[in-house]
Amino acid sequence: MSEMKKIKNLKEFSTSADRFEGANLLCPGCAHSIIVREILNATNDPVVLSASTGCLEVCTAVYPYTSWDASWIHIGFENSSTAIAGAEAMYKALQRKNRLPDSCEGKSPKFIAFGGDGATYDIGFQWISGCFERGHDMMYVCLDNEVYANTGGQRSSATPIGASTTTSPAGRVSYGEKMNKKDMVQIMAAHGSPYVAQVAPNKWKDMIKKIQKGFSTKGPVYINAMSACTTEWKFAPDDTIAVSDLATDSLVFPLYEIENGTKLTITYRPKNKIPVRDYLGAQGRFKHLFKPEYEYLIDEWQKRVDDYWEYLQRREEAGV
Amino acid sequence: MAEKMELNEVEVWDGNMAASQALRQAQVDVVAAYPITPSTPIVQNYSSFLANGYIDGEFVMVESEHAAMSGCVGAAAAGGRVATATSSQGFALMSEVLYQASGMRLPIVLTVVNRALAAPLNVNGDHSDMYLGRDSGWIQLDAFNCQQAYDLTLMAFRIGEDHSIRLPVMVHQDGFITSHTAENVKPLSDDEAYEFVGEYKPMNAMLDLAKPVTYGVQTEEDWHFEHKARQHADLMTKVFGKVEEVFDAFEKKTGRKYNIVEEYMMEDAEVAIVALGTTVETSELVAKMMREEGIKAGVVAPRLFRPWPFEQIRKALANVKAVACLDRSSPNGALGALYNEVTASLYQNDNRPVITNYIYGLGGRDFTIDHAKEIFKELDANAKEGRPTTPLQQFVGLRGPKLSFY
Repeated sequence: MSEMKKIKNLKEFSTSADRFEGANLLCPGCAHSIIVREILNATNDPVVLSASTGCLEVCTAVYPYTSWDASWIHIGFENSSTAIAGAEAMYKALQRKNRLPDSCEGKSPKFIAFGGDGATYDIGFQWISGCFERGHDMMYVCLDNEVYANTGGQRSSATPIGASTTTSPAGRVSYGEKMNKKDMVQIMAAHGSPYVAQVAPNKWKDMIKKIQKGFSTKGPVYINAMSACTTEWKFAPDDTIAVSDLATDSLVFPLYEIENGTKLTITYRPKNKIPVRDYLGAQGRFKHLFKPEYEYLIDEWQKRVDDYWEYLQRREEAGV
Repeated sequence: MAEKMELNEVEVWDGNMAASQALRQAQVDVVAAYPITPSTPIVQNYSSFLANGYIDGEFVMVESEHAAMSGCVGAAAAGGRVATATSSQGFALMSEVLYQASGMRLPIVLTVVNRALAAPLNVNGDHSDMYLGRDSGWIQLDAFNCQQAYDLTLMAFRIGEDHSIRLPVMVHQDGFITSHTAENVKPLSDDEAYEFVGEYKPMNAMLDLAKPVTYGVQTEEDWHFEHKARQHADLMTKVFGKVEEVFDAFEKKTGRKYNIVEEYMMEDAEVAIVALGTTVETSELVAKMMREEGIKAGVVAPRLFRPWPFEQIRKALANVKAVACLDRSSPNGALGALYNEVTASLYQNDNRPVITNYIYGLGGRDFTIDHAKEIFKELDANAKEGRPTTPLQQFVGLRGPKLSFY
């Protein structure tokens, strides 16, 4: 039987066994490690993990070291989903044949794949779609920092309009990224996944609740985790949680969940909704938008966020 | 428990069915696969076995060949027996993950039904896909007919899964000529076959929750070289002995004898064709005919394409005067791969025969008895002259004016 951890306060996190060690090469202030730790600490069940090529992967398994005190596999950029699906298939096969290792006796391992937004929204999209269509009992976690951070900050299809990246730089005649961010959460919900949710590490109670709900759901679960990137979003390393708060309180990253592709629930309503301008202003990647000629983009952005929030609320009210 | 299938002493199977039956009998724990011509029937047959209760492992019908091999790698690392099948473009699509599988030392069995690589698109058999795999760190076994496709697939598990080897294994057969041609095949019973293959013995299994493992780490200039070198060294030193051992065990069980390099009428041969796949049997037939015309012809066929049987090739061709290496893949700007391997091997011999290269059969173009006869006659002339009497590289069976180089 599954065993969910009871976590009442942050201190209880610090007393949990580390299955993801602090000894890793991620940037100081990187939200990835906060998110991964929050997820792994949400359950007492054993975990079997995979990671796509990206920051999390290159910073945690540099031979002869590993930061993982749980079985972990990395194959390529596009296939952490299918790697863990293969492991899950083997678990099912060996369970049926009574050939699981003795150490699995009485345990209920969770199969979790991690990937950045490049690995999720772009190069690994097909693999994730395949895994979800087939219904593997797994959780896919996208560490969404809206950029190819590991390779020096190139745009991905998660990069929002107006962000300056190394392949969509703001310049004399450009305001940076021209495309709107792909709506991955809705796309995964449209797969009929039993549970998809958007989470943020600063809202850790909301996050734990969703992760535990995901772990107790049978079938493929998609978690889109906002991961504020000190290096590519360009804010001070000790501002990660502050910037994350701006993201959730401005509703640029609304926190919600969708069950069985249809039932949408908003899980966080900021008491004091702050302007998108404040979120953008805290990050160097949007600095150029505050020039008079690009101010209109900030207004457009505010409208987009308001419209989306309105859309989420309407769906929630309608129970669809 | 999966049901056992009652088989006749002699079955009429095509190459695809032969491979499918071997996968079924090996009781593979996870097959992750995607259909592609001409190996599609392997995936279909396996689905049919599953639908009728003959399989109790997992069958994951993925959305591409890249996902097929990705799923296989995850499943194999988890700790169990894993296999899949593919051809051509599918092989090319999974090629990234082929290197990952061998680098992580995961003993996956891949049945490859050889087919040409586009463009232009072509569904028929040649060896372009097999050659694409030759630096991927896999063991490559080559079947020349349906019986061998069955036998070698069973043996592949025992070779690759051995803890001294732990490498993935490809078993090749020719698209359509083998895969879709029904022949007599003598199978083992389900019990005999499984007993021969043996129960999978896990090593560094991710599912051993008491002993977590990290797979697929990063190594840069400090350690990458050592890992690759060790894999190469194992291929060079450990595989040949293990393959021989498994071939011997199989002979004891079935009476069917396999060799790392197959030789036909080589005891006194003066000229020899070196070939792979179904062309081997055509060449053997013609070698026999040439003997009646007074040409001492023989055939040498690498059963093991990787690791390359350097010593066995040197020995098999030690006394011939002229050799023709037949490549069923476009070298696209070089001499053929088989030519280069054989020539490099024979250069070390005291006796260096005249060696020529023939490119043939691309995209399923027939290789006929007349083609083989012509080659043996040219070899005979080379042997008598002690030098090439033809261009070094010739295209056989090509439309239009003769194409040759050097």
